[in-house]
Amino acid sequence: MVGIAAYGAYIPRFRLGAATDGWNSRQERAVANFDEDSVTMAVAAGVDCLGERDRDAIDGIVFASTTPPYAEKQCAAIVAAALDLRRDIFATDVTNVLRAGTSALKSAIDTVAAGSARQVLVVAADNRQGPPRGETERAAGDGAAAFIVAAEGVIAESVGSYSITDNMLDTWRAPGDAFVRTWEDRFATEEGIERIVPEAVSGFCARQGIAPADVARVALYAPDGRRHARLARQLGFAESQVQEPLFGMLGNTGAAFAPMLLASSLSSAAPGDLLLAVSYGDGSDVLGFRASAGITAAPRPVMGVDGWLADKRVLDSYETYARWRDVWTLDDAARRPPAASPSVSALWREGDKNVRLYGARCRSCGYVQYPAQRVCVECRKYDDGEPVRLSDRPGELFTYSMDYIAGAVDTPLVVAVVNFEGGGRALCMMTDRELDEVRVGLPVEMSFRKLRVVNGIHNYYWKAIPQRRLARMTAAV
Amino acid sequence: MSGIRDRVAVVGMGCTRFGERWDASASDLMVEAAYEAYEDAGLESGDIQAAWLGTVSSFRTGQPLAEALKLDYIPITRVENACATATDAFRNACYAVAAGVYDIVLAMGVEKLKDSGFSGLAIAAGPGSDVEPPTPPPSQFAMAATRYFHQYDIDYDDGKRTLAQIASKNHHNGTLNPKAHFQREVSAEQIVSAPMIAWPLGLYDCCGVSDGAAAAIITTPEIARTLRDDYILVKGLGLAVGAFGVLRDDWDFTHFPETVRASQAAYAEAGVTNPRAEIDMAMVHDCFTITELIIMEDLGFSPRGQASADVANGAFSLEGDLPVNTDGGLKCFGHPIGASGIRMIYEVYKQMQGKAGGRQLQKADLGITHNLGGRPGSFTCSVAIFGQPD
Repeated sequence: MVGIAAYGAYIPRFRLGAATDGWNSRQERAVANFDEDSVTMAVAAGVDCLGERDRDAIDGIVFASTTPPYAEKQCAAIVAAALDLRRDIFATDVTNVLRAGTSALKSAIDTVAAGSARQVLVVAADNRQGPPRGETERAAGDGAAAFIVAAEGVIAESVGSYSITDNMLDTWRAPGDAFVRTWEDRFATEEGIERIVPEAVSGFCARQGIAPADVARVALYAPDGRRHARLARQLGFAESQVQEPLFGMLGNTGAAFAPMLLASSLSSAAPGDLLLAVSYGDGSDVLGFRASAGITAAPRPVMGVDGWLADKRVLDSYETYARWRDVWTLDDAARRPPAASPSVSALWREGDKNVRLYGARCRSCGYVQYPAQRVCVECRKYDDGEPVRLSDRPGELFTYSMDYIAGAVDTPLVVAVVNFEGGGRALCMMTDRELDEVRVGLPVEMSFRKLRVVNGIHNYYWKAIPQRRLARMTAAV
Repeated sequence: MSGIRDRVAVVGMGCTRFGERWDASASDLMVEAAYEAYEDAGLESGDIQAAWLGTVSSFRTGQPLAEALKLDYIPITRVENACATATDAFRNACYAVAAGVYDIVLAMGVEKLKDSGFSGLAIAAGPGSDVEPPTPPPSQFAMAATRYFHQYDIDYDDGKRTLAQIASKNHHNGTLNPKAHFQREVSAEQIVSAPMIAWPLGLYDCCGVSDGAAAAIITTPEIARTLRDDYILVKGLGLAVGAFGVLRDDWDFTHFPETVRASQAAYAEAGVTNPRAEIDMAMVHDCFTITELIIMEDLGFSPRGQASADVANGAFSLEGDLPVNTDGGLKCFGHPIGASGIRMIYEVYKQMQGKAGGRQLQKADLGITHNLGGRPGSFTCSVAIFGQPD
């Protein structure tokens, strides 16, 4: 039996909403912080999905996004390292199309069904930008979903799929384009989504010998709330069958959208429920899942879509968002010399330290130190440390500064000294923080973020954030 | 192990005016400092047998000193040890004389910072993975301040007021020093309400970024006696280099072990057992006001957590029982990094000779200088103690 064994999600902490000065909509949408992108959000969703599971059991990873940070260089490899997965796994990126998320899920299902992997992690993430104050920007949202597709321990069995491939230019971006381009709305709707998706859904129903009424819940992609409602009606689904699309709360998260709605539907599914994930983009994928008996008792993600949605801060000003997205650029050149390219050989050498966030525990005396040292800081024994993953450890803010000179986008830059539970200390930046919550003793967790882009190199590292996931985990205990 | 006590003497010193010396190159500054020292000692270039040039970023070798002063193919070593650079150049020069290898040597410290086009320090790190957070010095020391306030339960307003008293004192001392970068009074109110640089440190909690040079001529006590009566003697030298950075999760950020270790070594050499009672003046590394506060405890002047009380009652002012940074300190004399340590010795030297003008102390028989290079948790700390000949 092949299907979904676990799921998770990620939604950034910040929202544009009614209280945001300069935001021309009453609808809320999630926005990635300035240091988040599809890779960092995929990592966060992966953490939510993996939970306490054995990360060494993952045999493959598929990363799906229309906004990969690199045109050439695999993003799945970055996510796999940040999630501390094994090295002897297969990895691939599925990009360029809004249905990349469901395509990734389908390929993972086929991979496991073919027997070449027992567990495959699928991560879908997007942070698409529309032109400032335009329709796309208003309707879009940033977020990610993650699934473990497995042959055992399945909570929702794959019952088949149906795809249409249709060469369609309704939204597109050329290399270098910051913003999504769209053709006339009425054409895109009538000849695009409203023609192609019904064809795919009826194809699926015919192949499965079912009617729309047999579906318990459909996770349906649509670019905005209005077209979502129209499409659902057109497909013949009753309101009760349609997974709440979260427009006005989250927004259209692109390649991650149908997967995120599927994650939502899994969280409320009863055994026997038939769940559909329906995507759109150069055609459509329809994936069907049957909730299994184990779904009720199976561990749920600590956050899931609902958990992240509830934990939010509405931005005061559209200007902040515009600075984050480089719509407004800042002249910080006058204050500091231009940044030099990071050394690629140093990045490579420090992969375990920077991306896997390994410290070391001295086998001789037990002292935990970060970064790992050749010579133990406590007992001076050399080359006798074992790796300790600190990325999922709770931490506490030991001390900090709030620097008004060093940080350009996120002024003041909060520089933090974090002490980890179980030992080890890291000097790092803090992000996703409100200044009034920063204090000595603040419980923090680590979040994978993009430090800066120099020489085309996206330099990722971990930052401290006020606890979100771990706070909910603690509260649940 | 006989130590350095009474084995070498300072017989001549020079120090440029510190500040934004748009008019002067690093070489110009070295010439100014060296020729003041020559004249002070009654010596000339040809008497110098070896030299140590301390600079963090202005030069890479000792050669520019030879070129500026037209030294005669003598050995010159460039020393770089962060903010402890000048004192370390001085220290190495002392050991060469004490070893009997040379009779008369020159220790020079210089920094030309104001050609970078940036305010603050603009010293680039070497190539690396670049994942460390950007932590300019204000941010590093702000973390010490945050934790100090927390550990000793000092509320923000009280803490800021203590720090402002330190800055205000050093500004006052600067007004009495014609060579200081900043020579104006600044009130505690102005200091507390100044723009934030790295919270909780504001503009006036930070020292000046300056150009300048300082020079010392070092010789044996025997030769010194033939040159002048008011030479001074090196009583002790300590250098402690931190090894642990933030690798230890039990280090508190509120004391700097490097200062403790370097000063203990120097005190032992100098025979100082009660620093607060025995030392007459201290020139310490007040790169930030919080640094001076913590140094008062690390040097053993104030009990742990109680330096604020000594600051409040004026113990470290010119009229106090242990005047600190009588020349304005890094705060107001300025901080050309590679020159600062020898600038401190210059002040001790002038005070001992009774030549400190409006800031002259009544009693100036035993003085200490102190530099901290690097960042909290991984400092290079140099301490030097000086006394008068018997």
